[in-house]
Amino acid sequence: MNALSVKQLNLFVKSLIEGDARLNNVTVTGEISNFKNHYQSGHFYFTLKDSDASIRCVMFRAYAQRVSFLVNDGQKVVLKGRVSIYEKDGQYQFYAEEMHEQGLGDITLQFQQIKEKLEKEGLFAEENKRPIPKYPKRIAVITSDTGAAVQDILNITERRYPICEIMLCPVAVQGENAVPSMLDALERVYALSNCDTIIIGRGGGSIEDLWAFNSEALARKIYESPIPVISAVGHETDFTICDFVADLRAPTPSAAAELCVPDKNELLSLLEKRIALLKGALLAKANYSRAKLEALTQKTVLSNPLLITQKRSEEVDYLTEKLMSAFSFILNKEKGRLYESIARLDALSPLKVLSRGYAIAEVDGKTLKSVTEIENGEKFKLKLRDGSINCTVDSKEI
Amino acid sequence: MENNFENKLNELEKIVSQLENSEISLDEAIKLFEDGVKLSGDCRKILETAERKIKTLTACEDEENG
Repeated sequence: MNALSVKQLNLFVKSLIEGDARLNNVTVTGEISNFKNHYQSGHFYFTLKDSDASIRCVMFRAYAQRVSFLVNDGQKVVLKGRVSIYEKDGQYQFYAEEMHEQGLGDITLQFQQIKEKLEKEGLFAEENKRPIPKYPKRIAVITSDTGAAVQDILNITERRYPICEIMLCPVAVQGENAVPSMLDALERVYALSNCDTIIIGRGGGSIEDLWAFNSEALARKIYESPIPVISAVGHETDFTICDFVADLRAPTPSAAAELCVPDKNELLSLLEKRIALLKGALLAKANYSRAKLEALTQKTVLSNPLLITQKRSEEVDYLTEKLMSAFSFILNKEKGRLYESIARLDALSPLKVLSRGYAIAEVDGKTLKSVTEIENGEKFKLKLRDGSINCTVDSKEI
Repeated sequence: MENNFENKLNELEKIVSQLENSEISLDEAIKLFEDGVKLSGDCRKILETAERKIKTLTACEDEENG
């Protein structure tokens, strides 16, 4: 006999089920029981049953995250998914990929239709989402002025960031008037163009109460907004079209208030840290500069600036001295030549002869060198050491 | 003008070396000597001005520090 292992058997059945096209895409309806949201994995484990039968179901985290309502035992739901076998225990089970509340019927369908349509048009596109201003001066709050939501928003913004102005635009948030009054409020805020952020929303309520926030007209008006819009509708588990089209979805109105203003205490402590950093940096810079200045002033040229001129002064003195000595050398040399000439001149001077008692005879300034140069009776001058005598020739002797 | 002092000093140096060359005439020597004395005086004046400036500046600083 050819026996299969249990595992082989389970795997064989599994392959048969998974090979069936219909079992791969099943929509089934029933009531939830034994619901467990596994806190670690995030997967849903539950049993789907009706009056006659039940089936074990798993919804993995990736799909469970997309479920837009709180799942409870006894809830009637429509599941979409596939059937397979968990080969470890041979249990056949339903692997859910979508979960919708049953009974909402029309309303859910309408919601889905609007959502898909606007999504296709790109109204929800991530790249169109604008960042929320960090330090808003004025925030427009579009909500009911009687609800708890407006009080929460006012309290939180006052506590966190009191310098921000809140412009309250009271509107109807449910009933026939809700959509027109919200459209009107948005229009007025756009026209004023003196706000940094818009919060639009309301507190929790039934899906019918929140219905105005699924309005296509409202979605389109929000998409046109010149400033970032925060949507804050109902509780964390409520999703509306308004949430998808807004620049930011806040899970609740209180959360919206926290998201749109900074916390003044955090800001103050940040400011203090920055100031301390600044002081430190300034001090370090001053110390560095002072050290640099001291090093510079201690250099010789600054501590004893006269050295600059002293060195030059020495040069000038040296050259001047050389100039003097070179010139006196030349002068002395020339002087020597002069004295020598004077001595020689002196030696040849006729005055020297006269001083010894000799005389010179002159006629008209011409020295007589022979008796033949003068006749008897003619006049001549006899020059002596201290003057001259006018004479006449008496007679001549040769 | 910045190199005035340097130029004058160079000129003086040249004159001294010309004077040290004893081949030149007295007239030339006198001319060179006159030029040299003038240059030497100019150089001194420039240095004195500079020194005065330095002294004034350091005096100001001392006053500020004091």
